[in-house]
Amino acid sequence: MGSSGNGFIKKAMVIGGGIAGITASIDIGNAGYNVLLVEKLPSIGGRMLQLSETFPTLDCAQCTLTPKTVETGQHPRIQLHTYSEVVRVEGQAGNFIVQIRKKASYVDWEKCTGCGLCQQKCPSKYPSEFDRGMGLGKAIYTLSPQAVPNKPVINTSHCRYFLEKKCRVCEKICPVGAINYQQEDRIIEEKVGAIIVATGFDLMPIERFGEYGYGEIPDVIDGLSFERLNSASGPTNGEIRRPSDGKVPKEVVFIQCTGSRDPERYMPYCSRVCCMYTAKHARLYKHKVHEGQVYIFYMDIRSTGKGYEEFIQQTMEEGILYLRGRVSRIFRDGEKIAVWGVDTLTGKKVEVLADLVVLATAIIPHQEVKALAQILGIPIDLYGFLTEADRKLKPVETNREGIYLAGCVQGPKDIADTVAHANAAASKVQSLFARYS
Amino acid sequence: MNYLYFPGCTLYTKAKNFDQTARNCSLLLGFELIELPNWTCCGATFPLATDNLMALLPPARILARAKEQGEILTTLCAICFNVIKRTNHLLQRDGEKREKINEFMEMNYLGDLKVLHYLEILKQEIGFSTIKDKVKKPLNELQAAPYYGCMLLRPFEEMGFDDKERPTLFEEFLESLGAKPVDFPYKIECCGSFQSVGSPEVATECAYRILTSAMKQGAEVVVSTCPLCTFNLDQKQSDILKAHLDFKTIPVLYFTQLLGVAMGLDPRTLGFEQNAVDPIPLLKRKGLV
Repeated sequence: MGSSGNGFIKKAMVIGGGIAGITASIDIGNAGYNVLLVEKLPSIGGRMLQLSETFPTLDCAQCTLTPKTVETGQHPRIQLHTYSEVVRVEGQAGNFIVQIRKKASYVDWEKCTGCGLCQQKCPSKYPSEFDRGMGLGKAIYTLSPQAVPNKPVINTSHCRYFLEKKCRVCEKICPVGAINYQQEDRIIEEKVGAIIVATGFDLMPIERFGEYGYGEIPDVIDGLSFERLNSASGPTNGEIRRPSDGKVPKEVVFIQCTGSRDPERYMPYCSRVCCMYTAKHARLYKHKVHEGQVYIFYMDIRSTGKGYEEFIQQTMEEGILYLRGRVSRIFRDGEKIAVWGVDTLTGKKVEVLADLVVLATAIIPHQEVKALAQILGIPIDLYGFLTEADRKLKPVETNREGIYLAGCVQGPKDIADTVAHANAAASKVQSLFARYS
Repeated sequence: MNYLYFPGCTLYTKAKNFDQTARNCSLLLGFELIELPNWTCCGATFPLATDNLMALLPPARILARAKEQGEILTTLCAICFNVIKRTNHLLQRDGEKREKINEFMEMNYLGDLKVLHYLEILKQEIGFSTIKDKVKKPLNELQAAPYYGCMLLRPFEEMGFDDKERPTLFEEFLESLGAKPVDFPYKIECCGSFQSVGSPEVATECAYRILTSAMKQGAEVVVSTCPLCTFNLDQKQSDILKAHLDFKTIPVLYFTQLLGVAMGLDPRTLGFEQNAVDPIPLLKRKGLV
């Protein structure tokens, strides 16, 4: 199915290859329409690929996601444009002309077989962004061993050849001669009938929190970092070891609502997932470090999903200490981290000398969303989330026909809600296309 | 350039050494502190109740009088600075309260005076590089712990002094004197303040934690900007010794006293006799007196 007689193009573009974008792409593809999936990173999977286990079932995130990423990669109707960005959108529903910048990967993906030799031999190591700066990545890399597509890219700000004009190890080692240091960004033009924006979220950087050490205390980390520490594919192979000295932390403090529900200083909204993932973190930690003590500072527990409250109740029964109150200050005290808080239920000040502190930082939109909203001609809200056409009745439509939202780009969501939102966006695209048969 | 100066009650009594050293150092740095005529007590605390306008009258009157004489008012005591600066901030922004206070006081002050702490004068008006050039006796890498306390920094929106979680102004000042600032986590914690009257053991405990934290990071001297902090940190050390057998004393100086040492002032004019823990042995050891 391509375009119908009146020129209406029945092909969709999905921007963002996380669980929302993947879900929407598969739905639309399965309905028989072609899909362009544009992802800015070298491979799809998004945030969910960084997670260790997911609530409330505690199943492995990668095990749930990998079949989906593989399906997306092999789907006959889905065309992947990874390491790519949408730079221009013109036209209207049924006939959008889009320009996509395919960033130079310096690897000829047509030739590359994904053997991984280049990554093994690359001498340049630096803190990996995917592992939240805790593990070492190579200058030529894929995001994970199960990357889809399994093709590497070169990070020019760490590659010795780009920095010092020597090395060329990857070029020498590549058995198929796929390395091409001369590659340049390319702009391609495509025509699509509908667009789904699913660019996901970011976390408020811990550098913003002066009271929690401005991100300068190595053992004060955010929730995604804890996911990496807990992940079998993470920098510690799934052992909970703190970043500073690799010791197994015995006292761990979790602080919920860091930057959320704080209208005076940070974000006024609730990030919706922190109560659940903190409870999950606490349990996963206890499962691995039996003698460890966990303290969770919370404001309220919001567990309004199916099976969520039960999950919280079980967590509380596992000997995890919930303290209702906020933390006013964190600072380094020798090898420990002093955490000063309050337990408002007993009215007492609490001081914990912790080995590791995990901040459940607020979910915020990506910085680039603002520019993308301008390209798409759709509004953003006060905080930078894209705005749906109606809070209640049109949660996936935007006020521009043919452009839909899926997942956290519209506001904080957990995985289940994100998938439902993406299903809804995909069905909106299908009904739009069906109207022009 | 000269600056209008509000000394405050304590600087005329218990903290004469703070006042004197600041005045003497100013002259060496090329400016004079012009004492505000007919000044009164600042009120000593900024009222926490939003409708307690009566408590704002003393600082409002000080501000109005200062405005008649100049554009910048400076203070030394961190508490006076806090009260006056916050009152000024409120008069600038709250037209209703401003009108009420002005009417009651039969004055017309608009909140347009600039209130600067002496350290801010040194940084913004004189410049730490100028001070560095004028230092006669660099402090020989003296390990000095800058104790900010809370009054200079909080509430940040009103004081605007420096980053409330990790200020650096005091460190920059100490560096310009040739000292080596010691970073310690308790530098922005409360000294116990007025608790030393009602629950002295609370204040003693605060002081113990602050001083030991500084010493743990290698401090040889703690430097203060406030007479009440100095009282709690310096005079209370005899009480700390009784409560904590492991405690070792450490000199606590006003920043202006250290400035005086660095500017080469006669040590006899620096008022060390008012310090409870004698700093002379340390300064001698460092070859500074």
